[in-house]
Amino acid sequence: MQDGSETATRMGLLRGWLAARVSSEALQWLDDQAEKIAAAPDQRVLTMAIGLAPRKVGKAPLDLTAQELAAAAAVRPGFNARDWSTDQAARVFLLLASAASSAGEEGFAARLDRLFRSGEIGEQLALLRGLPLYPRAEANLATAGEGIRSAVQPIFEAVAHNSPYPAEQFSEAMWNQMVVKTLFINSTLVPVVKLDERRNADLARMLVDYAHERWAAGRVVSPELWRCVGPFAGNRYLDDLARVFRSADRDEHRAGALALSECATPEALALLDADGPLAASIRAGELTWDRLYDAGIAKLSDHPSLP
Amino acid sequence: MPFIDPHAHMISRTTDDYEAMAAAGIVAVIEPAFWIGQARTNVGSYRDYLSHILGFERFRASQFGIQHYCCIGLNSKEANNEALAEDVMEILPEFATKEGVVAIGEIGFDEQTALEEKYFRLQLDLARELDLPVMVHTPHRDKKKGASRSMDIIIEHNLAPNRVVIDHVNEETVREVTERGFWAGFSIYPHSKMTAPRMLEIVRQYGADQLIVDSACDWGISDPLSVPKTAELLAAAGVSADDVRKVTYGNALAAYGQSGQMNEQDWASTAVDQRSRYDGNTILRGGQDPRVEEKS
Ligand SMILES: [Zn+2]
Repeated sequence: MQDGSETATRMGLLRGWLAARVSSEALQWLDDQAEKIAAAPDQRVLTMAIGLAPRKVGKAPLDLTAQELAAAAAVRPGFNARDWSTDQAARVFLLLASAASSAGEEGFAARLDRLFRSGEIGEQLALLRGLPLYPRAEANLATAGEGIRSAVQPIFEAVAHNSPYPAEQFSEAMWNQMVVKTLFINSTLVPVVKLDERRNADLARMLVDYAHERWAAGRVVSPELWRCVGPFAGNRYLDDLARVFRSADRDEHRAGALALSECATPEALALLDADGPLAASIRAGELTWDRLYDAGIAKLSDHPSLP
Repeated sequence: MPFIDPHAHMISRTTDDYEAMAAAGIVAVIEPAFWIGQARTNVGSYRDYLSHILGFERFRASQFGIQHYCCIGLNSKEANNEALAEDVMEILPEFATKEGVVAIGEIGFDEQTALEEKYFRLQLDLARELDLPVMVHTPHRDKKKGASRSMDIIIEHNLAPNRVVIDHVNEETVREVTERGFWAGFSIYPHSKMTAPRMLEIVRQYGADQLIVDSACDWGISDPLSVPKTAELLAAAGVSADDVRKVTYGNALAAYGQSGQMNEQDWASTAVDQRSRYDGNTILRGGQDPRVEEKS
């Protein structure tokens, strides 16, 4: 549950970012539109303001400062607008204005869905990136689901990346679909918020099946896939982890090592010890999943020959 | 040499077409809203169509490094379904103000009925209100009269001719269109309408300043490479490089750029990267590698 003041706080956050970056005329335009939208949340004024926003505020990256990012996380834990642009902030601000009254908040999910379905691609991106900020989070699940089903990678990533929304709202089935699709479309798991917390046995099984399918077709498997497998591997998937660990590819080798360390059965740990320096680096917290591709962990880049 | 195809219904085309167009030097396309080959029965399918050309189709184009713009409008055939037309007119303003919309279009006459005229006029008013250029479809039957009447109505509605492209022009209509100060669009088809050799004669006779070549490629037999092919033919026949550039690039940019939604920088800075922003590899299937090119 949340109340109107929460929406006002979030609007204030976005407005603050814009105020520091756009002209006073553009800011005035935003304020005028927000006032009109608040009074008539389901009228054309909202749709048109969202359409016109980039012409008024531009499309430059926000490039938020460290303080601004911290303030955002304080207002909305897990929210990360690192990659946002001015038009996206403005569009989400305008949409939030439609939830100012309780009647406006009531119809929010239906409005979001309608806007998303009629949106051009830039609008759709902005609308989905705003998901963590909208009232009645659970009611917006259908629109989030549409985003996840999209064949347009940036639309998919607008939901899946840098957003606490999926981890907070998605059922296990939806979550698993999202994670598998992230790999399927060659996107990356690193920006998926709370990925580790929501790993589960069924997801691990789906991913291992997927890896086998890829291997059978002679194709590579993203090293990141094993991140969701390790804790559920037991002895069942140990051979798969061993295969990845023995790979000549640096990233696969590292991923296999990380997965073995999380599998943590005696057999897995024994395998991991074949690369002592790497095992030590993992224990020291130097090599982590988020730093999988980090070339800076230099001494590990050439691993010794393995059993 | 870069080309613009300012009339292309890419929603009906394949990825092979996109690849060939990009390889031939087409940097931007304009996709006018049109009749999809069969009648839509309700505003919902019209809405979905408009958001499709503004959304997924734009994304597809971006995967091949082609900038994609749209014209938004109610086409003349469907203007004859009054119930549908009324509903579509309701939603047009919100679509016409979306990013990358460079004109109201393609609008105009088909059978030249009273209903077609009514919605043509209403959309001209909308273009004036939103300060957008207009793309006018001229009818295939009774073309000369239809074109003439379209221009009369446009002038009556106080639109500046240099903000209006009269499209599907031919030898019969080019004189009046150019003399009255409009842009003249020529849809170059493999078999019917205009062909490249006829286009050459028109460029020789009328000069390049107001002429625009397009493919009008759609779900019928048509050629998405009409613009570069015509350019080649014109150049081989001795038309100056400047003039070739005008009719296959510069004039379209000048006409539709008046919307403020289409700028040379849009394609100057983009590289083809099927992995990032608008260009996920989701059109790639079965292990194709994403294509990444650097533009210098
Ligand atoms: Zn057409």
